Amino acid sequence: MMPADYLSVVLLIAGGIFFLAGTLGLLRFPDVYTRLHALTKADNVGLGLIVAGLALHAESWTVVGKLLLIWLLVLLAGASVAHLVAAAARQRGIKAWKR
Amino acid sequence: MQTFFLIVALFLLLNLGAGMWRVFRGPTAADRMLAAQLFGTTAVATLLLLAQVDGNAALRDVALVFALLAAVTAVAFVRRAWTDQEADHDAG
Amino acid sequence: MTLLQSVFDALLGFALLWLAWQALASPDLFKGIVLFIAFGLLMALAWVRLDAPDIALAEAAIGAGLTGALLLAALARLDKSSWRGFGRTPVRPPEGNNRDVIHPSKRDTKSAHEKTRKPKPITENGKGQAAFCGLLVVSLSALAAGLGYAVLTLPSQAPGLSDSVAASLEASGVSNPVTAVLLNFRGYDTLLELGVLLLALFGVWSFGVVPERRESSPGPVLDRLSRLLIPWLILVAGYLLWVGAHAPGGAFQAGSVLAAAGVLWLLTGWRLDTRFSGWPLRIILVAGLGVFVVVAVVLILMGGRLLEYPPSFAAALILLIEAAATLSIGITLAALFLGSRPETGPQR
Repeated sequence: MMPADYLSVVLLIAGGIFFLAGTLGLLRFPDVYTRLHALTKADNVGLGLIVAGLALHAESWTVVGKLLLIWLLVLLAGASVAHLVAAAARQRGIKAWKR
Repeated sequence: MQTFFLIVALFLLLNLGAGMWRVFRGPTAADRMLAAQLFGTTAVATLLLLAQVDGNAALRDVALVFALLAAVTAVAFVRRAWTDQEADHDAG
Repeated sequence: MTLLQSVFDALLGFALLWLAWQALASPDLFKGIVLFIAFGLLMALAWVRLDAPDIALAEAAIGAGLTGALLLAALARLDKSSWRGFGRTPVRPPEGNNRDVIHPSKRDTKSAHEKTRKPKPITENGKGQAAFCGLLVVSLSALAAGLGYAVLTLPSQAPGLSDSVAASLEASGVSNPVTAVLLNFRGYDTLLELGVLLLALFGVWSFGVVPERRESSPGPVLDRLSRLLIPWLILVAGYLLWVGAHAPGGAFQAGSVLAAAGVLWLLTGWRLDTRFSGWPLRIILVAGLGVFVVVAVVLILMGGRLLEYPPSFAAALILLIEAAATLSIGITLAALFLGSRPETGPQR
């Protein structure tokens, strides 16, 4: 294995852990607002780490560019959808969770 | 290395399966929709990994289409299905 | 590696069957739609595993993206009482909550009309139902047995047509075998598919002009999102159209990505100017089918057979047909999302 391979393994495992955190958040968090965090933060970081891990193996810079573009598009969609859903939930009067 | 990519992809698929519980549980329509949104991100990551495993560049295009269309369903949900105050389908 | 792949495939197959069943059996229509969207996502992964990236691309664009939006828009127009308890016990709105009946003016005429039709109570005839279920189980088992027998008697290594496709790929004008089959060797299939899509739109439009729901202001986030995303959607549609000549892609995939741009635009409250919703819109809608038919007729007049392209023009003709088809498919799907014929003429 090359040094880049080790780095890639570390990045991919870290990405997997963030995805796991996102899933756990989706399952365990108490209300829709907190679950939004799981969707928009953990999973998007997870995807970013996986994209970084795969970019180390990419055969050309075009592939790296496409990987980055995919990640940025998912980030854009995630952030906007989180805002829209949270605003809609607030408008419908869904109460935020309190300790 | 290919085996490792496949293991990560399998792990993501298991994550997706676990997230399915939230679609069933709800309780609000938004929770179900969010879970579907999360599946989209997971599917993008899985596709990118499979593209590396199979050495098939076309799979990145599939992931690109997923990434582009991820927002459309959710926007349709917020703007159409979840606007009516009388539609009380949030419980259960 | 192969064991891991088998585990992956088994998990995927099981999840697909389970999701399909749950989506069909869900009494909550909204839940059914979300399950269907998840099903579309996994289905695209399944096509990838089956080594069919062309179909995976189409499934990603149509199954997981557009159909979800279409179903959600359809749900928003449905009688609200059918959202839950669909097929089991008819859900009646609690007393004192009949806002629809008290204020019929709040709703458009169509849904007020729908409101008067109460869901019919399910017959409680237990015996008849049990007999029907028994009959259903027997006939479905027979069907499954027949299908299983047919699958088992298949030759394990079917020759298929891939060899003859590969042999004549040179003359087709493209190097992606799927595009060669869809647009050249079996071009009439695609021709008829375009016709089916157009007929579907005619069906929806035959309901006439339904009063539109008022779209609220999109707000800064949705506005910005659509401004960023729509150019990318159009660009990727063009990319998929172009790449279809030598890699997975093509008119249907590009058209559905284009349609997603239209849907997003419609959701922000944009509407086609009534000046263009008459003839200009109709010309674009039939352009795909029209160009295809014109090419077919011209080729017949020139002495060839139906859709038999001369090899020297094949690439250009395929690109021309696909470009027109992409535009038509995109606009048709977006018009289907709108759900009714747009108002025409200057009077509004």
